[in-house]
Amino acid sequence: MTHVGYLIAGWGVVFVGCGGYAWSVLRRARRVAARVPDERARWMTSRDAERIGES
Amino acid sequence: MSATGSRTTRVLGVAVLIGAALLVYLAFVATDPDVRIDATSGEEIGQFDAVRLIYVHVPAAIIAYLAFFVTAVGSAVVLKNRSVWWDLVAGASAEIGSLAAALALITGSIWGRPIWNTWWEWGDVRLLTTLVLFMLSLGYLAVRRLEGTAEMRAKRSAVVGLLLIVNVIIVNRSVEWWENQTLHQQSTIADATIEDLTLFTLFFSMFLGLAAYVWMLIHRFRLAWLERQDERFGLDEAIERRRAEAEGVST
Repeated sequence: MTHVGYLIAGWGVVFVGCGGYAWSVLRRARRVAARVPDERARWMTSRDAERIGES
Repeated sequence: MSATGSRTTRVLGVAVLIGAALLVYLAFVATDPDVRIDATSGEEIGQFDAVRLIYVHVPAAIIAYLAFFVTAVGSAVVLKNRSVWWDLVAGASAEIGSLAAALALITGSIWGRPIWNTWWEWGDVRLLTTLVLFMLSLGYLAVRRLEGTAEMRAKRSAVVGLLLIVNVIIVNRSVEWWENQTLHQQSTIADATIEDLTLFTLFFSMFLGLAAYVWMLIHRFRLAWLERQDERFGLDEAIERRRAEAEGVST
């Protein structure tokens, strides 16, 4: 196989980049979720979304 | 279970992991390297095994386009009806788009070194416009963090979000509009010059990239939603505390 170093670098950066990003999102979510009461942690949908500036 | 997970995201996440393993098999075992024989010299030419980098480079670029398209759609809806849902979707998608654009630039550079004999070419319009797109997406994310009311932040970032799609069109068309100022080839998928299994693997990699994008978008959106709730809940609590203190002073 030719260009092994380039292949490892190219594929590696994609797997590490995506995996690292996914891991950081999940970790941040776990931390924030611990501070938000369950009744406030329901996902809204586009239909029941409120308008920006409304409280 | 993760704080932003659901049955759908778990199934999708497992499917992406299995798909990634399958892609590695297809890219490194099932498909052949790009080797052709030069008609005049009889020497072997082509990209050889470096061609296997297109299975990560092309999906990264496509996902960047898609993510910024979603950001632009979200931005348009925000400007029209101030939707919080679309504001959060636009922000989440832009963050993933920035990651994808960065990966497209990096993998492209790694691929360019053995094939074009250079890591970077400033005169190449596609490289330059992709870099501008990446910088603009960082600008969008920075604008979202600026001081101001939620309405001001949403409006300002929505305007920058709309600029992203203009830039996506320029990046995508650049190899045709400035065909003499790029090392990039024009689309080869429509020419049917790619072997069947290579073409299948390329499409599979794009499909897998799409699935990974959807998984990340759902989680990132839910994180943004939680952060918003946390911010508002903290504010409500502070107001309650101040109110209780004020009542304590007056009695």
